[in-house]
Amino acid sequence: MLEILGKTNFDFMGKRHLAFIFSGIMAVLGILAIVQISRGAANLGIDFAGGTAVQLKFDQPIRIDEARKVLEANGLSNAELQEFGQENKLLIRLKASTTIEEKVADRVVAVFTKEFSSNHFVVDSSTEIGPTIGQKLQQDALIAVAISFAGIILYVAARFELRFGIAAALATFHDVLAVLGGFYVLDKEITLLVITALLTLAGYSMTDTVVVFDRIRENLRMRRRESEETIINNAVNQVLSRTIVTSLTVVLVLIPLTVAGGEVLHDFSLALLWGVIFGTYSSVFVASPLLLLWPKSAGGMLKRS
Amino acid sequence: MKKVGVRLTLLVSVVVMSVIFFIPSYLPFYQALPGWLKQVMPSKGITLGLDLQGGIHLVMEVDEDRAVEIAVDRSVVSLQDGLVDKKIPVESVMRTGPTQITIQFQNAELKAQIQKMIDDYPFYSETESAGSANRLVWELREAEAKRIKDSAINQALETIRNRIDQFGVAEPIVQRQGLKQIVVQLPGVKEPKRARDLIKETALLEFKMLDEDNQQNLDLPARIPKDKEAEILKEAEAKLPVGDQILFERGIDKDTGREYRVPYLVKKRVMLTGDVLSDARVSIGQFNDPYVSITFDSKGGREFERITGDNIKKRMAVVLDNTIYSAPVIQDRITGGRAQITGTFSMQEANDLAIVLRAGALPAPLKIIQDLTVGPSLGQDSIEKGMQATLFAGALVLVFMIVYYRISGVIADFALVLNLFCLMGALSALNATLTLPGIAGIVLTIGMGVDSNVLIFERIREELRLGKAVRLAVDGGYDKALLTIVDSHVTTLITGAALFLFGTGPIKGFAVTLCLGIGINLFTALVGTKVIFDLLNQRPKVEQLSI
Repeated sequence: MLEILGKTNFDFMGKRHLAFIFSGIMAVLGILAIVQISRGAANLGIDFAGGTAVQLKFDQPIRIDEARKVLEANGLSNAELQEFGQENKLLIRLKASTTIEEKVADRVVAVFTKEFSSNHFVVDSSTEIGPTIGQKLQQDALIAVAISFAGIILYVAARFELRFGIAAALATFHDVLAVLGGFYVLDKEITLLVITALLTLAGYSMTDTVVVFDRIRENLRMRRRESEETIINNAVNQVLSRTIVTSLTVVLVLIPLTVAGGEVLHDFSLALLWGVIFGTYSSVFVASPLLLLWPKSAGGMLKRS
Repeated sequence: MKKVGVRLTLLVSVVVMSVIFFIPSYLPFYQALPGWLKQVMPSKGITLGLDLQGGIHLVMEVDEDRAVEIAVDRSVVSLQDGLVDKKIPVESVMRTGPTQITIQFQNAELKAQIQKMIDDYPFYSETESAGSANRLVWELREAEAKRIKDSAINQALETIRNRIDQFGVAEPIVQRQGLKQIVVQLPGVKEPKRARDLIKETALLEFKMLDEDNQQNLDLPARIPKDKEAEILKEAEAKLPVGDQILFERGIDKDTGREYRVPYLVKKRVMLTGDVLSDARVSIGQFNDPYVSITFDSKGGREFERITGDNIKKRMAVVLDNTIYSAPVIQDRITGGRAQITGTFSMQEANDLAIVLRAGALPAPLKIIQDLTVGPSLGQDSIEKGMQATLFAGALVLVFMIVYYRISGVIADFALVLNLFCLMGALSALNATLTLPGIAGIVLTIGMGVDSNVLIFERIREELRLGKAVRLAVDGGYDKALLTIVDSHVTTLITGAALFLFGTGPIKGFAVTLCLGIGINLFTALVGTKVIFDLLNQRPKVEQLSI
């Protein structure tokens, strides 16, 4: 029997104050990111902010500063340029607020055709999104997230206790905030695909937490003499090897996707990768200790008689 | 369900069904099948999303207010004609607001006569407020304005569908979204710009008379460079006669190849519109220059004959979307209901023009509010890279499971592969569209699939550590893991369902694969692998389990 971890007896609950401090910082960072996003100050993808993105694939390498100069000379300043080195790809993004005219994509293509006539290129993709659409997407995404959280709290509350539901939802929310905060700090673009990644990791983190809670519930029913803290600690230790093994396999999937999955998948996989790490951490260090914070912690269904 | 045989049969039939449904998604194989087999097989499988195969995704909004204005403009034209027919002299008939027509006349005695004309226009009401002796004001009824707006979007949908059908795109999607938006998806289109222009063009064809008498007074330049239209319009604005407008003809200099514009003074009154066309085809002229020959329907043909007969030796402009294509002198009364649209266009432009004329005009201009175009090469790239990375990642997981759990790992791997098979089969059966976020959903499902097996195996190990016999340990492990697996899957399913119901576009695609995947996962983890363990444990003496 190959085992990464044998029988363990770490005192996870004893470290909860340290964990709360760390998680608090991450959560604050995430909340800051949300505030900045709603103020429009964060690096929102054009699918939310509205605007134009054109990706060109050149035959020969292209210098990013020259491209910028050429765009500015043709009245397209404030363009954000991003290179994908090995393949001579150039991504040009113009936010809706920096330009008011239509057909910006066509203009960008025209500028490059004219100024770089010796360097042939093809248009890999072009995206134009009106600002109203972005707002609608934002709204829809928010509604969907709010409803799924409400549903989860209700389900977990019904299957366990209310405090389990709230702890699970909080821990999951914490993971989403942490990753969002990380993206904000690194000034990575927040696109619809990144939001999808956040939802995916919410699903993952929720699963992880429920697995730990399940064990806690089971132990609460069986071992009624011990203190709640000990019971929770034991439960976390018992499922620790499955937690590690599962996370490890998911990380095994995500690393190749992040490194070699192509530019479209890169940010998505990166968000998921962080999410899995945070999700694993939070089910042990956030969700479980949160149960202890609940006043009069033993509730109806799991009451010790 | 206790009997191994029953579960095994279920498992095998699910796999067979999945494979059958999946086959149409893998074209090279599907096409190699004999014809009789294709007849009994499902014919449609998974469609790849635009992000994976390239194409255009457009969201457009119909300018409804403009549609109402255009309808009122038409009433103005027909009212003018009606007044001419009845020989009632009026000074002007004009649209004076979005839904308002004002009729000016000199002779106050005519008022009663003109007032009676409204009987032919039941959608208008006379407003009392403008009770001047020489003026009548009609207002479009609100109910009618609403009807026009409603029908505008339906008509636009119909027209766009017609155009795309003639353009020739495999499996286009043209749908209404919300109240006034239209979504168009053209997968795999090679010339995105051309397709976009073809869809967006209003294609309102009008015949209007030039105002040659007044043209001299304006001294319009004979030829101006492209982009200078606004200046000309501004200069001429003050001197513009009532009921006239300036429109431009597009031309290309044969020597320099530069585009230029020719300004013309044109009477606003529309003589005839593209409504009365029955056909439009491309023909080649004597100098190998393409032109579009149009055929009027019988009513339009008679009308065209009358108009040309009344205006011999005058010039008539052929106007499409407010650009003059040509302004020939009418040499003679034109009978037979045919006419030609010449101008400087390439073969392809002539072709597209014929398409839009045949398909009819849009009831109002469209505004593109979202335009996603993915070139076929990026689609190819993302598929190849994504696939390679996914395959590699999958292989890593399979190897890891075997290293960690030995024979049981092989069983878990079997479950994972089974999972993928069923998921692909289910997606094919639903004719779902697979997008990048959809693939993300699959990745999450695989993660959960692994998790279910790990949960079960860790439980079995615990039972074994307690010293239980193999068969009991396996049963115990499954029983104890069952609740956990159900709970974790249901919570994720709740998320998936909320996303499916309230999410849009890519998020929905993610939700579909996730929800399907979860259901399949439950099946493979709780039925699929258990059958294998039970089969293994049916041997008479089972003392060890490789886990």
